[in-house]
Amino acid sequence: MSRASFRVLGEPVLIKAEVNTRKNTVVIEDYELISNEIQFDNPITGTVYGTLLNFKGELERLGDDVNNEPYFSPPIAPVLYIKPVNTFNCYGGSIPMPVGISKLEMGAALGIVIGKKAVAVDESTALSYVAGYTIVNDVRIPHDSLYRPAIHFQARDGFCPIGPWIIDRHGVENPDNVSIRVYINDKLQQENSTSNLVRSVSRLLADVTEFMTLSPGDVLLVGVPEDAPQASVGDKIRIEIDGIGSLENVIVDESESKWRKLI
Amino acid sequence: MRRARVAYGGVIHEAIEWGNQLKLADGRVVGEDEIMWLTPIEPRTVFALGLNYADHAAELSFDAPSDPLVFLKGPNTLIGHQAYTRRPADVTYMHYECELAVIIGETARNVQKEDAYKYVKGYSVANDYAIRDYLENYYRPNLRVKNRDTCTPLGPWLVDVMDIADPMNLRLTTHVNSELVQEGTTADMIFDIPSIIEYLSSFMTLNENDVILTGTPKGSVNTVVGDVVVTEIEGIGRLVNTIIGEEAFTNR
Repeated sequence: MSRASFRVLGEPVLIKAEVNTRKNTVVIEDYELISNEIQFDNPITGTVYGTLLNFKGELERLGDDVNNEPYFSPPIAPVLYIKPVNTFNCYGGSIPMPVGISKLEMGAALGIVIGKKAVAVDESTALSYVAGYTIVNDVRIPHDSLYRPAIHFQARDGFCPIGPWIIDRHGVENPDNVSIRVYINDKLQQENSTSNLVRSVSRLLADVTEFMTLSPGDVLLVGVPEDAPQASVGDKIRIEIDGIGSLENVIVDESESKWRKLI
Repeated sequence: MRRARVAYGGVIHEAIEWGNQLKLADGRVVGEDEIMWLTPIEPRTVFALGLNYADHAAELSFDAPSDPLVFLKGPNTLIGHQAYTRRPADVTYMHYECELAVIIGETARNVQKEDAYKYVKGYSVANDYAIRDYLENYYRPNLRVKNRDTCTPLGPWLVDVMDIADPMNLRLTTHVNSELVQEGTTADMIFDIPSIIEYLSSFMTLNENDVILTGTPKGSVNTVVGDVVVTEIEGIGRLVNTIIGEEAFTNR
């Protein structure tokens, strides 16, 4: 059992409860509720920052390309991007497939939720700035070039499911050694571990807050493992992270999504 | 009408321009020297355009882009009028960028150019500082260049959309220590305001108080500690910022 915070649709405040991360259930007093019976809302109030190329395998895929045009050097500092508020989605929410696109990449990411204002933190104390951890599906339209910001591929409506909850920091023994698995229609499509990060959770927090402050409620994604699996309309996606739980979503045609009224 | 958000008497107020003073929402009239300027709205998503003036693109040895080059900024980087921007000790090239800021007024998706201004609440002035030493060729311009704490002054005013007859024909200037260093006109944007709104809303929902920084014209020069940088746009406002050094930031 782990201590978790989550938000239920229509309720403004975070609820704290014990959860079972393997069964994905919430325990309130004597009741045990399965996640699919709870209408979770996105538990995040701050800004969500993604980190590019923080899995060793991602850099290996680029190989010698990092030394050629247009990159001319391997990355030096953390390369970040923002998943803006229009992308926020929740446990069980539908991910809209944009018109003219047939495949989306499922970017399974451990999300570090910030607990107190973090300015130029030291690697040795970085974890004390963490409130907890969550699961993020950093959805994007497949694209090859990493040269220019990829807003057009990453910032679509509904492209950032987060949840179901935030597991208290003390519930995760070692964030640099948790397994991440992606299932599409209940079939395992990807497995990786945060033991393969270029920058560990502490190192990443130190290097990021050296140039920008992270505030309570902000989320920093540790990165997305190489070879993100692709999915299509109708697919059911489940991302499992050991010690955190699992995040489930389905992909629907854009015109069937909750954003349809705007489209 | 020109509107501001200011701190006065221990709380945050909405205020309007009142001659050379400000009138708070509660009716009190206060002097500029009595208040602290905040960003005129609390921004949600902040977009910025790169290379949106042909002369600036040429200055940086780039061809003008065929699609808008857009990047995002977080709330950590924004500060108000009359504030201070930190220059790291080890950098060689930090430059201002005077930009017209467009503030979105309501939810917008799939907006056509001819309707775009209906979704605009108003305008402000931004100074989108960049530190070129930190440029890398991944998601360029990377956040380490463009999303640093204190590096995006915004203000002083939110000017109502109705008050600006033609936002695509406004003079922009930057003065450093009273010397004119940058001059241009919004008429020279490659992607004008309606085109940018049409482009962004074609693939994502825009929300109230999203901010679009529309790019900067030619005229980037290095700025150093102690410089007073004034970015000004005709009819929108005059945004003052001072560059300060590392020594005040004692936890670094």
